[in-house]
Amino acid sequence: MVSGATDGLGGAPLRLKTGLAEMLKGGVIMDVISAEQAKIAEEAGAVAVMALERVPAQIRAEGGVARMASPRKIKEIMAAVSIPVMAKCRIGHFAEAQVLEALGVDFIDESEVLTPADEVNHVDKHAFTTPFVCGARNLGEALRRIAEGAAMIRTKGEAGTGDVVHAVRHIRQIVREIRALTVLRDDELQGAAKELGAAYELVRLVSKTGCLPVPNFSAGGIATPADAALVRQLGAEAVFVGSGIFMRDSQNFAELGEAKARAEAIVQAVTHYDDPKILAETSEACPGAIRGLAASGLEEGELLQTRGW
Amino acid sequence: MQTGRSCTIGVLALQGDYAAHEGALRDSGSEVILVRAPQELRDVNGLVIPGGESTALLKLLSRANMFEAIKRFCIVKPVFGTCAGCILLAKNVLPARQESLAVLDIDVQRNAYGRQTDSRVAVGEYVGSEIPLEMVLIRAPMIVRTGPDVEILARYLGVPTLVRQRDLLAATFHPELSTDRRIHRFFYTMVCQSIQRSSSCSA
Repeated sequence: MVSGATDGLGGAPLRLKTGLAEMLKGGVIMDVISAEQAKIAEEAGAVAVMALERVPAQIRAEGGVARMASPRKIKEIMAAVSIPVMAKCRIGHFAEAQVLEALGVDFIDESEVLTPADEVNHVDKHAFTTPFVCGARNLGEALRRIAEGAAMIRTKGEAGTGDVVHAVRHIRQIVREIRALTVLRDDELQGAAKELGAAYELVRLVSKTGCLPVPNFSAGGIATPADAALVRQLGAEAVFVGSGIFMRDSQNFAELGEAKARAEAIVQAVTHYDDPKILAETSEACPGAIRGLAASGLEEGELLQTRGW
Repeated sequence: MQTGRSCTIGVLALQGDYAAHEGALRDSGSEVILVRAPQELRDVNGLVIPGGESTALLKLLSRANMFEAIKRFCIVKPVFGTCAGCILLAKNVLPARQESLAVLDIDVQRNAYGRQTDSRVAVGEYVGSEIPLEMVLIRAPMIVRTGPDVEILARYLGVPTLVRQRDLLAATFHPELSTDRRIHRFFYTMVCQSIQRSSSCSA
């Protein structure tokens, strides 16, 4: 499906924002915390990097308030690579987003991985030239973020766990809810919009096209080539890999050679996601994975995905 | 095997906005298949290399054993590259001396307009047409040199944005993200003419 290309949602700016997201399709966006890691990601074939102070697994382990990365770090990473650089701001923290736009980052992730700054409001993303990506667990949440101006949706999953179960739950949920809308009669769409908590016009658009009006990527717990292939086959158009590339466990980094091999293997798996023979070779070439944390063992209060609404 | 006179265009589907090209080509009357392996090139009369990240595409091309295969394909059949695809076709890539297929006699500079905040929907000149052309430029490269055999088909701010060298076509913008289908129809015609030429040769 050509999502975003002719969405009828707005003029040039939204088309330019979703246009960059279109270019990232079929690719892997990798979390990095240094120029060195960013270069490894680019050499491995990442389509973009997410510049961070700490990856989600570290944030989870160390606690404290997680904020936007320091401008110095972001600039260092931007100078190191030629691919797009993304950075995260806290939910609702539009001043952090303004800083990121002024730095010239290519995409802003208004992310539940950082400590939320506003319990009620997300950033008004229409006010920015820089495109935004936002997390979602279901269709209603995805459409609320799109109404606010998000140019890309990613499933939230459960970041920093290396457990793919929630990423699977969320992509299945969104795809199922989209499918359900396509069989409704026109006079049932207002009721559906009320139930989803989403704008009627967007609900109607999804019902007609059978897809989100912006690209739909997956994130939150993807750790192996097979994980990446799984979410791709379930409908994700590209994949974010956070802690899964560079971490051995929540506190220790993997050796760089190992991280590079993992990165290359996941890139290969995202492209050839429906070719089991290539996936087998790629999985064999992939050295280990982050030790991980079973998401089912987390307390409600430890979940990152419940941040934002 | 080619069946009858049908025209099938492949879209390289390793990474990038290949789905948008697929839609644009179908709108223009072409049969389309997505290409991810070298043997799939046998079934197509022309190829589109889409927008995406050129560094990632290069990596994926060599790992799928497609770099040499596409280079050979470029010699015998029409190929159209947009943005990253244009970078891959170019003889020289600046500033980092990035590897490329080097089949099209142009030099391109990556990210020449700046970062994403400098991306734009521009309106430029389509040579030979009175109707201007919309050009979606996303972290776009710039063609900074064209060789003697390269024909300039469109310009923005005086700089070439669409060029042709025999059966190779390259754009620094994304016609697949506009609703104007003139560029895809133009490439479709190039492919049809190439089929006619090769069938009259063999006859």
